Order: sequence, then structure tokens, then C-alpha cells
Amino acid sequence: MASGVKPRVKVPKSAAAGSSITIKTLISHKMESGRRKDKQGNLIPRSIINRFTCEFNGQPVVEVAMEPSISTNPFFQFDAKVPESGEFKFTWYDDDGSVYEAAKSIEAT
Amino acid sequence: MKNKSLNGVFGLVAVTTFAIGTVSVWAETAPKPAKLVVNDESEMVTEVKPAEGISHLATAYDGWRFRASETQAVQSDDFENPGMIFVEQALDNWNKVDGTEGKSCASCHGAPEESMVGVRASYPKWDETMGKVATIEMEINNCRTTRMGAEPWKYTGGEMTTMNALISVQSRGMPVNVAIDGPAQSAWEHGKEMYYTRTGELELSCASCHEQHYGDKIRAETLSQGQINGFPSYRLKNGKLNSIHARFKGCVRDTRAETYKPGSQDFVDLELYVASRGNGLSVSGPSVRN
Repeated sequence: MASGVKPRVKVPKSAAAGSSITIKTLISHKMESGRRKDKQGNLIPRSIINRFTCEFNGQPVVEVAMEPSISTNPFFQFDAKVPESGEFKFTWYDDDGSVYEAAKSIEAT
Repeated sequence: MKNKSLNGVFGLVAVTTFAIGTVSVWAETAPKPAKLVVNDESEMVTEVKPAEGISHLATAYDGWRFRASETQAVQSDDFENPGMIFVEQALDNWNKVDGTEGKSCASCHGAPEESMVGVRASYPKWDETMGKVATIEMEINNCRTTRMGAEPWKYTGGEMTTMNALISVQSRGMPVNVAIDGPAQSAWEHGKEMYYTRTGELELSCASCHEQHYGDKIRAETLSQGQINGFPSYRLKNGKLNSIHARFKGCVRDTRAETYKPGSQDFVDLELYVASRGNGLSVSGPSVRN
């Protein structure tokens, strides 16, 4: 079980309808690759976030499959079109079954 | 003997080059834009003319100025700055009760946003009760042992460095202003002497690189002036916050000398002197560096 996991997202509060905005996401996570060894020489079991998704009003925006070589505290930045007011929903899926969620609403003007 | 005389010649060449002005060469080729604006709102002072008699620098530059534009961009947004994750972690420690007295930092100091404003800008400084020049780390451990009844933290350990970052960020944008006169004067003079004394098998002083050759390449890296206003520093190479004394230790080791101990009075004096070289630069930690 990973500790100290905290999702963060940055989405503008409003945008012109139909325009494109930049979204930044960051989740603090150790992202243990499963390749490292502890002092006794035993493998430290893999514990990473393996999937990240973003949806806007139920419509998929991005989906990312993550592999063990991804760095600690993975950061994703991407652009999304905002056709109408609504809510961006972000979900991270952990190896241990935990699911971390964040949501941000945006107003189309 | 032959080596000795060669060294003399090289030393002379280096000094001459400096006098003619390697400085301006760097300033002309420095990456633009040169303005550090954090979160699109607070502009940091990244260059300042130092007061007379402190150093031989014509202009003091924030270490941020020497980094690649990609690295610079990461520091200009708190959301992207990985150092801020550690600041959040430190806030948990700030509120956590530890030790026999049942106190946390917050028990006495309240919210760091109020009580810690300006602290980082004036440290290291003379502490009357300790009777010596003290760093933030020493004050933290003093609080932990005498007021909280808790175990002291390791000087360059994770908890210590992140707590220092939490305290530093409250002073961000304020000019560094360490006092070098009064009771702190002898420590400052000792620090200055250390700065200009060549040590190690490579016979390098701090000034050999950071005063005479900043802006030049040292292997693949660009030498900065070694200013410490941006510490604690998140380094991309180790993915954590790094303290001033850990950096000093790394530098002294690179001259192939026996290093001083982090937290030793020698390093405290050196920290005071190096801080004074950047008097007037903004406190900008946690910074992002290679």
C-alpha cells in the first residue's frame, strides 16, 4: 500500500466555449518499479499507478497506461476542448487496487 | 616543483581573464527571458549589485539564471515544482505532536504562513541564547530538544530539509538580508576566509569556480555563482530536496578534500558568508536545479 498519495489538478475556472485549455495533473506516488533491491538484497515489490484517465461530462479525454519506468510523482499535462460548461473527472488506478479521484468544474463562457 | 610553478602561472591567467571580463561573456549569452515570475504573480529579484567589501562579484545572480529554460519553467509554477510536494509533507510534520511535552511546531508557532514570514531571509543569524551564529536547522533542533522533548532530526535528513523548505517558502520574494556585523562578524570573517582558501588535492577554493568562472562549463554543467537564496533545492538528479550543507559537502568533496561535517560551526560560518554574498536577491526556495 503506497502512502502519502495525493492527487492534484489544475484546470482554469472558465474558458470560451469551444476553446482549448491546458490541464495539468500531478499525483504524489513512490512509483516503486519492482526492480530495486533493499539492503538485504531482496526485490522491493512493484507498486505503481498503472492507469490514468480524464473524462469531461462522461466523455473520455485521455487515457494513459503507465509502466514501471515512469518516474516518481507522475505529472501529466494535456490540452482539452471545452464545448460546454461541465466537470472534468480525473482517476488514477493503483497496483494495490486503490483508486484516487479528483474533479474540477469549468464554466464555458 | 614543476607542478607548483605551473599552478602559479595558471592562477595568474585565471585572475587576468576574470579581470578582463568572463562575466560579460556569460551575461551576453545567458538564456532569455531572465525574469523569474512564480505563479504568474510574484517576480523574484534574480540579479543585484552586492554591497562593497563582501565579494568581488560585480553582480550577484540567482542560480536559476544559469539553468536551461525547461528547468527554469518548472520552478516558475508551484504546481509543476516538485519541491512543493515536500513543502506539503512538511506541513503535516508541523502539525504533528512529537516528544514528551505533547507539543507540535504549531502549538507555539501557530500557522507558518504567519509566524515564519521573513525568517529564512535573515538566517543564519546570531542567537543570543545559544551564544553563536545559528542556522534554521539548528533552531528547529533546538525547539525539538528543549521545548518539545523530542529527538533531534538529522541535520541534512528528509524531515529537516522539508521543514526548512516550509519555512523558506513563507519568505519567498523577500530580499535576503543576513547581518554580518555585531556579534556575527567574527563568524562571517571566518566564513569569508574559508571561501577564498584553496583546499583539497585539486587546490580549489569556492571562489575558483563560483566567483572566477561562473557561467563557464564544468564538464556538462554550467557553473553558477553558488548563491544559496534558492535552498532547499529540488535536484532533478536525486528527486528530493537538498540542504545547503549537503551541497557544501558535495563541493568540498569535489575538490578532493576531507569535508566538514554538515551542521559543524565551520559550515555554519561558511553559510553565513555565502548568504551575505547574495544579500538583496529574493528568497526563492524551493528551487529546481539539475
